[in-house]
Amino acid sequence: MSETASETVPEPKATSGAAIQLENLSKRYPGNPNPAVENVSMEIKAGETVIFVGPSGCGKSTTLKMINRLIEPTSGRIRIDDEDVTDIDPVKLRRKIGYAIQSSGLFPHMTVAENIALVPKMVGWSKSRVKDRVEEMLDLVGLDPREFHGRYPRALSGGQQQRVGVARALAADPPVLLMDEPFGAVDPITRDHLQDELIRLQHELHKTIVFVTHDFDEAIKLGDRIAVLRERSHIAQFDTPEAILTNPTDDFVSGFVGAGAALKRLNLTRVREVEIADFPTVTVDDPLQEIFNKLRSGSHNELLMLDRRGRPYKWLRRGDLMRARGSLARAGQLVHDTVTRDATLHDALEAVLTDSGGRVAVTGRRGEFTGVVDMHTLMNSVHELLEADRLAAIEHQHDLEELRVHQTSEELEGGAGA
Amino acid sequence: MSFWEYVANRHQQLLTDAFQHVSAVFQCMVIATVLGVLIGVVSYRSGWGSSVAITSTATVLTIPSLAAIGLLIPLVGLGVAPTVITLTLYGLLPVVRNSIVGLRGVDPALVDAAKGIGMSRTARLFKVELPLAWPPILTGIRVSTQMLMGIAAIAAYASGPGLGNEIFRGIASLGSANAINQVLAGTLGIVVLALLFDAAYVLLGRLTIPRGIRV
Repeated sequence: MSETASETVPEPKATSGAAIQLENLSKRYPGNPNPAVENVSMEIKAGETVIFVGPSGCGKSTTLKMINRLIEPTSGRIRIDDEDVTDIDPVKLRRKIGYAIQSSGLFPHMTVAENIALVPKMVGWSKSRVKDRVEEMLDLVGLDPREFHGRYPRALSGGQQQRVGVARALAADPPVLLMDEPFGAVDPITRDHLQDELIRLQHELHKTIVFVTHDFDEAIKLGDRIAVLRERSHIAQFDTPEAILTNPTDDFVSGFVGAGAALKRLNLTRVREVEIADFPTVTVDDPLQEIFNKLRSGSHNELLMLDRRGRPYKWLRRGDLMRARGSLARAGQLVHDTVTRDATLHDALEAVLTDSGGRVAVTGRRGEFTGVVDMHTLMNSVHELLEADRLAAIEHQHDLEELRVHQTSEELEGGAGA
Repeated sequence: MSFWEYVANRHQQLLTDAFQHVSAVFQCMVIATVLGVLIGVVSYRSGWGSSVAITSTATVLTIPSLAAIGLLIPLVGLGVAPTVITLTLYGLLPVVRNSIVGLRGVDPALVDAAKGIGMSRTARLFKVELPLAWPPILTGIRVSTQMLMGIAAIAAYASGPGLGNEIFRGIASLGSANAINQVLAGTLGIVVLALLFDAAYVLLGRLTIPRGIRV
């Protein structure tokens, strides 16, 4: 696949993700009878974003740190792209795995550029290549290289530090990126931005990302798949956000998902995936008489007036023109909220709820009108989505149960053997 | 003879003594710094090791310096040797202690990050831990130097170099015309030199502490 392609291309083309396999990973600390992590097996596909989510102290961070062997597993194997890395030199291993942590972990005595250049320098890139790479990375994370190059970390805001942290982690183009609660220490608004940025980055780069968080909403937003972990890193459920939301396997997971699963589900679907209805429109340049006729004759008792560039401008109801004595300037209600096709259904619902008419105009890339979404469409779509999720989950449940039966019988056999 | 006349008269001798004083302190400080940081680096990870290091260097300090030099004379003879040994031993404590405190004070998250991005043990020490621990280590060196300036005066007792000779000669001839002048010249000389040293350290700090962590 893409891996082999990038190997044959000598020019630095971005490396995409590698698959990670964890086999029966355990971590015991001496003097503690209970293992911190017990028997975790997991397969993470190349290019996938997997989120470890769970309560504090459940061992999610420990599990993450075993992947780059910051914590050495007591037993079990780790494979990256089918290469067993459990016993290779950890320093070499870590240079191939990006690592970003909470509160950025930037070295305060080095400039932004020096921080980013660390790993490329260690793996022996030429000076000019490192220099270009630093600029490229700053650009990638949305910081102006000229402005930020020579700054020290303390002269950056929390969000900017975190961006640099991600840039440093990605600088040597590792196939795998580990992120340990990277956005835990920034304010909610910045966190939201950073999450969006990460989604955009991942869209471009297709790395394999393993991300630890205790924030379930963050997990839903970022994850292709989410592993809900309970104590000792036991996997309570490992599935897509949709499946976990609509069909949590047990009380622990549903407790973690929290209230409002159906509402959270709305965050996972985009406006473009639901039916966008047509709506009769007129433009500001249309003659008054024509607008009158349209209002009277049409089945709709409402029109959307567009401005000269085709953007939603005003909602016009039957009678509005009468009341305004035929003056277009005074008639109707200004459109104050629109959503794009990429907005989540959650945003759309918000807009619909605040709109007096119970609908919102959907716009294209340049703000041009493409249709409307109303309460009715939203409700139908949500019902359909939930129904589909439920069906998929039931099917999945079936598989899981089979697996569990299989595991239990194995454990029983193992227990009998010991 | 007034004090200033005395100084003008003997400036050649005083300058030589002052130079030797500074040179002895400086050289011993270099040795103490290298040894002290080394001891700090070796011991800071283990609680037991660092307590041993701090306690033993602290014990050295409790020995009166005059006694230490006196005890060393039968072992290593008179002159430079006992001076260097005493000064180095006394200079160790602040450096060792501040190295350990400084290295331990490095944010564990940063050490974790350094490890996580693939820095080797040596790279971590030289690129992250020591630079970050440098300001407190430098403070230790500064404190040591001030202390050694005074202790170096005692070295004259063992026929060592430095301004201590002026002081001892003055004390030995108390009552004679220039006794007070001699003691005064030696003491003031040490104070002035100590201040100059301190200024040099401020400059050194400006030059060596990275801008990102300067207070």
